[in-house]
Amino acid sequence: MKNSYFLVVGLLFGVVMYKSEAASWFRIYEMFQFDAFHMYGIIGSALTLGVIATQILKRGKFNSIFGTPLAIKDKDPGVTRYLIGGTLFGIGWALTGACPGPLFTLLGAGFLPILLVIISALLGTFVYGLLRDKLPH
Amino acid sequence: MEQLLQPWPWYVGGPLIALVLLLLLLGGKTFGMSANLRTLCTICGADKTAAFFKINWKDQNWNLMVALGALIGGFIAANWLSIDSAVAISSQTIEKLQQLGIQSAGMAYLPSEIFALKQLRDPKTLALLVVGGFFVGFGTRYAGGCTSGHAITGLSNLQLASFIAVIGFFIGGLFVNHLILPYLL
Repeated sequence: MKNSYFLVVGLLFGVVMYKSEAASWFRIYEMFQFDAFHMYGIIGSALTLGVIATQILKRGKFNSIFGTPLAIKDKDPGVTRYLIGGTLFGIGWALTGACPGPLFTLLGAGFLPILLVIISALLGTFVYGLLRDKLPH
Repeated sequence: MEQLLQPWPWYVGGPLIALVLLLLLLGGKTFGMSANLRTLCTICGADKTAAFFKINWKDQNWNLMVALGALIGGFIAANWLSIDSAVAISSQTIEKLQQLGIQSAGMAYLPSEIFALKQLRDPKTLALLVVGGFFVGFGTRYAGGCTSGHAITGLSNLQLASFIAVIGFFIGGLFVNHLILPYLL
């Protein structure tokens, strides 16, 4: 039951990523060129509704549909890890035109070279895990 | 039905992403796709090498289901929900990309100059995909989240940390887009 719920939510997410073209390298390139409103419209409208939904759920005494408490957590405070890590991710995002969600979507859509990006992303994650204690956070 | 098969405008896509966020919150979880990369490392045995990967991956089962759904969703959208997958980017962008040798701009979903299998023989393309992927994996774990975890979930929860991360996304993205890609494409 739980698994199928999350599978269906993921399915919706994948269809939306593909159909809204947020999974397209071209849209990411266009976004960083500031040539169109499209990506800013997607993120901006998602965020506007997201803030409303999150703040309502945060202030009310709601449980999840499975009866567990909601998991709306604060991020650990800090600057270094977010700024450096974020910048490094931005480099990868502009090169491959894909953030982690669309990586799965594009593979499903049949773009086989994405598999190489996924394997490289797993390698990057692994190297971070090895170096974590040596990096400033 | 006709509308469904066309590309979806931003005012449909954006609100549906908010719906995904809401459905995950109501499921007792938070949206964060890059966490799956860590879980997949653990499943591949990375927990034997680094403490960072010593997690009970079964706790992350739900998120792997979201990722699997995102994959199947990509298949469904590309094969059954699209007539023409060309992305109608702006004419300025098409012109800029054509000058850089990306002739498929405006005519495909992904640039065939990068994402066609035969392009893997080109060392520049190979480097773009491998180095780019590596930075996506390394950067998201370092920052503790990606577009879904920080730009959507974190900012919706008004987190300063996520705001800093998103500034980072744009520093890195603008740098590569304007100063590196012209030499790499």
